[in-house]
Amino acid sequence: MLGLDKRDTKFLWIVIFLTLATPVLLQPFPEGSALAQFNAGYPDLMQRFAIFGIFAIGFNILFGLTGYLSFGHAAFLGIGSYSVVWMYKLLDYNVIWGLPLAVIMSGIFALGIGYISLRRSGIYFSILTLAFAQMSFALAYSVLTPLTNGETGLQVYTSDKQILMGATEPNSPHFFGIVMRDNFWQPNIGGWQFTFNNGYYFCAIIAIIAFYISMRIFRSPFGMMLRAVKSNQQRMSYTGLSPRPYTLAAFVISGMYAGLAGGLLASMDPLAGAERMQWTASGEVVLMTILGGAGTLLGPVLGAGFIKYFENIFSKINDNVLHGWFSFLPDGLEDFVVAVIHPFVGKGWHLTLGLLFMAVVIFLPGGLVELGQRIGRLFSRKAAEDETTADVKPAE
Amino acid sequence: MGILEVKGVNKRFGGLQALGNVNLSIQENTVHAIIGPNGAGKSTLLNVLVGKLIPDTGSVMFDGQSVLGRKPHEINQMGISRVFQTPEIFGDLNVMENVLIPCFAKRDGSFRMHAFESVPNEKDLIEKAEQMLIDVKMIDKRKMHAASMSRGDKRRLEMAMCLVQEPRLLLLDEPTAGMARADTNNTIDLLKEIKAKRDITMAIIEHDMHVVFSLAERITVLAQGTPLVEDSPENIKGHPKVQEAYLGQAHG
Repeated sequence: MLGLDKRDTKFLWIVIFLTLATPVLLQPFPEGSALAQFNAGYPDLMQRFAIFGIFAIGFNILFGLTGYLSFGHAAFLGIGSYSVVWMYKLLDYNVIWGLPLAVIMSGIFALGIGYISLRRSGIYFSILTLAFAQMSFALAYSVLTPLTNGETGLQVYTSDKQILMGATEPNSPHFFGIVMRDNFWQPNIGGWQFTFNNGYYFCAIIAIIAFYISMRIFRSPFGMMLRAVKSNQQRMSYTGLSPRPYTLAAFVISGMYAGLAGGLLASMDPLAGAERMQWTASGEVVLMTILGGAGTLLGPVLGAGFIKYFENIFSKINDNVLHGWFSFLPDGLEDFVVAVIHPFVGKGWHLTLGLLFMAVVIFLPGGLVELGQRIGRLFSRKAAEDETTADVKPAE
Repeated sequence: MGILEVKGVNKRFGGLQALGNVNLSIQENTVHAIIGPNGAGKSTLLNVLVGKLIPDTGSVMFDGQSVLGRKPHEINQMGISRVFQTPEIFGDLNVMENVLIPCFAKRDGSFRMHAFESVPNEKDLIEKAEQMLIDVKMIDKRKMHAASMSRGDKRRLEMAMCLVQEPRLLLLDEPTAGMARADTNNTIDLLKEIKAKRDITMAIIEHDMHVVFSLAERITVLAQGTPLVEDSPENIKGHPKVQEAYLGQAHG
């Protein structure tokens, strides 16, 4: 189906199912139970899963396939957001104007930045991209204030023209009248509260398309050439292939994915700030890709989900919650246990994430996907037998 | 007029004259060996031929066109393939993919954005690559991770990658360097088979005299950056100048 072989088609269907069922799957605990705070099925977080999933899928086309590690992809995220908010200000709140512009603008910037940065490889390439991203950040933060509204961030004011704005049009981002922040269904089934949000499904459908495109690229001759770039550039040029245009194409494609993700961020929440372009945001997508499994199809999405989950759920566990959990222990012991766990949760969630990241890099160089494969092998003898002859296509 | 004409090539690295007035003519469909002691300029000459080094003076013409100033991938597209001293293959890819990539390069040129085509749909190229793997007796290893193979197999694979492009000139840089005797003999047999099957011109740079005398039809002896003599293998064997270059000047 759709130019994919049987195995990939099945895989795509599983991804589509999981994506569409996310509002249910991420809500495993009933409302009001002690574990309810581990539920992640609320719109704001699910939108982030989908959006950062797209960001990481695109980043993986560059880093996973060609091995070029960019430390400046957040610049394209910011460019995408600014494009969308500008379309709100000039035209109206329909995201149909802004999103294509976000992709085009980030593509143009990626072409320029990539053309210069790809003159070098390895650490020098990374530093060049980092320099470009920090320059973009500085421009957005101060120099280009008329365009970006500086540190306040770009937003829509009542004085803005919005020339296409109809009288009955919703006053927040929408897609032909489907308002992003609205929920179309909020069933309460036996204590479980599910939220089906317009914005999430909008992002989810785009994420599925983005995933499908990346799958096609992975399986195409072009994808094979990108892996050849990573493997041996010397052999590549002596085989009659020019590595540079291939790498530049991968850079532009991944920049466009980042622009799309940035555009979607502004589609969910009509704001664009310079902090979105900062180097920490560029570093985050590197972490997501490596944590999930660079060069695999699903890995970056898993990594993105994992990090966003930690950022939003672990960071909410404070001392009160901990005392609630360990109240069954004797007083002195309870305080001790809480004191031990305290640095790893709440504001210390970065610490836990850092430890997990180290564990993954040391014990699972293939990321969370490798963990999945190892577990899969434990349950299936056949897989273990195939191991020696396993084909070397990047695993899912 | 040979397929490859090197005329008056000089190359200097600082104070070292690496190549001094090299003239060389390689005839079509011959196996031409370039031999010489260490530091004779064999590798420098090869790097000039593939566009990696630009000579200070002189010309290098392949089939009537100059190769000077062209990039390695452009020279390959003209029909020159190269086998390296240590096999250069795509280690992260499997054997089949390693052979498919040169097929794509031959058909589509140095860059093509085929992002929405599917590799399994390229039936013609896959068939061609499979035939090549059968020819070099590697078809049973088609799914193997290329980096995990033995050195002899890597060499075999690299030759398959070059040959599948049907180059008009194949340059081999010490193809048996560091190989065990058995592997060396296998490589000689492989090259002989290839030569018997198709029209191909080969230029071999080699240390191992056993390899040279098993394969070469013409031999050029290089010493201190200058060709000493060019002749048939029989005449080279007993040539006093060659013995002098290899064994040193006799005293007294």
